Amino acid sequence: MKRIYLDNAATCGLLPEVVEAMGPVLAGAPMNPSSVHGFGREARALLDEARLKVAKALGARKEEIFFTSGGSEADNWAIKGLAHLKGKGHIITTKIEHHAVLHACQALEKEGFSVSYLPVDEDGLVTAEQVEEAIREDTILVTVMAANNEIGTLEPIEEIGTVCKKHQLPFHTDAVQAVGHVAIDVHAMNIDMLSLSGHKLGAPQGVGALYVRNGLRLQNLIDGGAQERGKRAGTENMLGIVGLGRAIELATENMERNNAYETALRDRLIQGILREIPDARLNGHPTRRLPGNVNVCIRYIEGESLLLLLDMAGIAASSGSACTSGSLDPSHVLLAIGLPHEIAHGSLRLTLNHLNTQEEIDRTIAELKPIVERLREMSPLFNQEKGGCQLV
Amino acid sequence: MYSEKVMDHFMHPRNVGEIENASGVGTVGNAKCGDIMRMYLQVEDDVITDVKFKTFGCGAAIATSSMATEMVKGKTIEEALQLTNKAVAEALDGLPPVKMHCSLLAEQALKEALEDYFTKNNLPLPEGFSKPDVNHDEEEEEA
Repeated sequence: MKRIYLDNAATCGLLPEVVEAMGPVLAGAPMNPSSVHGFGREARALLDEARLKVAKALGARKEEIFFTSGGSEADNWAIKGLAHLKGKGHIITTKIEHHAVLHACQALEKEGFSVSYLPVDEDGLVTAEQVEEAIREDTILVTVMAANNEIGTLEPIEEIGTVCKKHQLPFHTDAVQAVGHVAIDVHAMNIDMLSLSGHKLGAPQGVGALYVRNGLRLQNLIDGGAQERGKRAGTENMLGIVGLGRAIELATENMERNNAYETALRDRLIQGILREIPDARLNGHPTRRLPGNVNVCIRYIEGESLLLLLDMAGIAASSGSACTSGSLDPSHVLLAIGLPHEIAHGSLRLTLNHLNTQEEIDRTIAELKPIVERLREMSPLFNQEKGGCQLV
Repeated sequence: MYSEKVMDHFMHPRNVGEIENASGVGTVGNAKCGDIMRMYLQVEDDVITDVKFKTFGCGAAIATSSMATEMVKGKTIEEALQLTNKAVAEALDGLPPVKMHCSLLAEQALKEALEDYFTKNNLPLPEGFSKPDVNHDEEEEEA
């Protein structure tokens, strides 16, 4: 049985072009870009090239890109690095951020900073007006994600950037899910800091980047050597960085074509599920969403048992974000869009990319239907509700 | 994450369904926390002749329901009263720590159904009868 991978928002495999680009690094030459000798200079050239590719994809300048160990480090650095430099103050964010942002903000609250977690509407959208209303005299930072990792909703970061510029406030966006899928120009959109991750783009895990606008200062998160212009110590992850450079270049080049292809598959999957499965609902904005994201709630059944049966049928999916699955609580994002607990427990996230096919989408819809029926047959909620009783 | 036995009982759950005019029915858990178990008992001459369940929940919730029904089917009331969540978990070759509360739910559902049977038949509760307390607000590390 050929397996179907629909969990690309958790991680996608290495793209063959990325593997090819990483070949010279894997060939085994010593690669420390800080070394003066020829080996070092060759590494430095690869590092510079990758940095340029990342900068180009974001409309940034080369010196505004700092490589990190991934999206979580970039988020932590942006938020804590700025807060610690200021020493005190107020931060504005949303209730539906990734835990890398939420938990960084919560850690700062324990240090005495105050944080406003803006609510979102039923589609998961926050508005620039909400951000503007939340600004206080002591506000030091606004951080709002570009695209939600669970429900795929695209936030109005350009409008939020405009508000932040007007109030001369630094604006950070966690764009881990958006980069490569949504056109971003950090200068045109007034973005001061942006986090991205390699493994969501077809590069390896363990590499990411933080864009920091020229002139914006941050306290270092990792002190040590003079790498990354003295701002992020540690010998560079050459394999990851070279892979990230190639992956982001590919994603940018193919963005238009991939988006059109993925959006068509996504909508086919959404329509198929809503047509075939009664009492299912789409989570997130119907159109203002990532091209590869499908998130539905299927009533009367629970997400984990659904995932296990889908896996048995060869379909890899997730329920909420992978980071949430260790917990028993339903996703904070689904609760923030107003879903009751019992419905949030039945969420299913299917995230596709340009390597998925229409045949896979059709098979997924066909496999899902009997699995849902089977679990509903077993569910005491199903017949109860059909019999006229209300859910607790 | 799950043992083969858990997966077997999850994939092929035993005794799924309902019993009309059951001798005892017990429902525990709530949808808010992500699991509800309902157990139906048919009792004849002090022996559990049939048992069925319906469960809304994760793989472990379904597997523990299935295993618990198997363990009490054909047993006397007195024997069924001895069933513990630990025995259910052991019969499944163990459960991940965060899923131990599922086995507690299974024990609780059985005890609720037995209590219902005692009440319906105007029988006194056996001496020392107790139901496990499932606190849904806290994760059960061990039970």
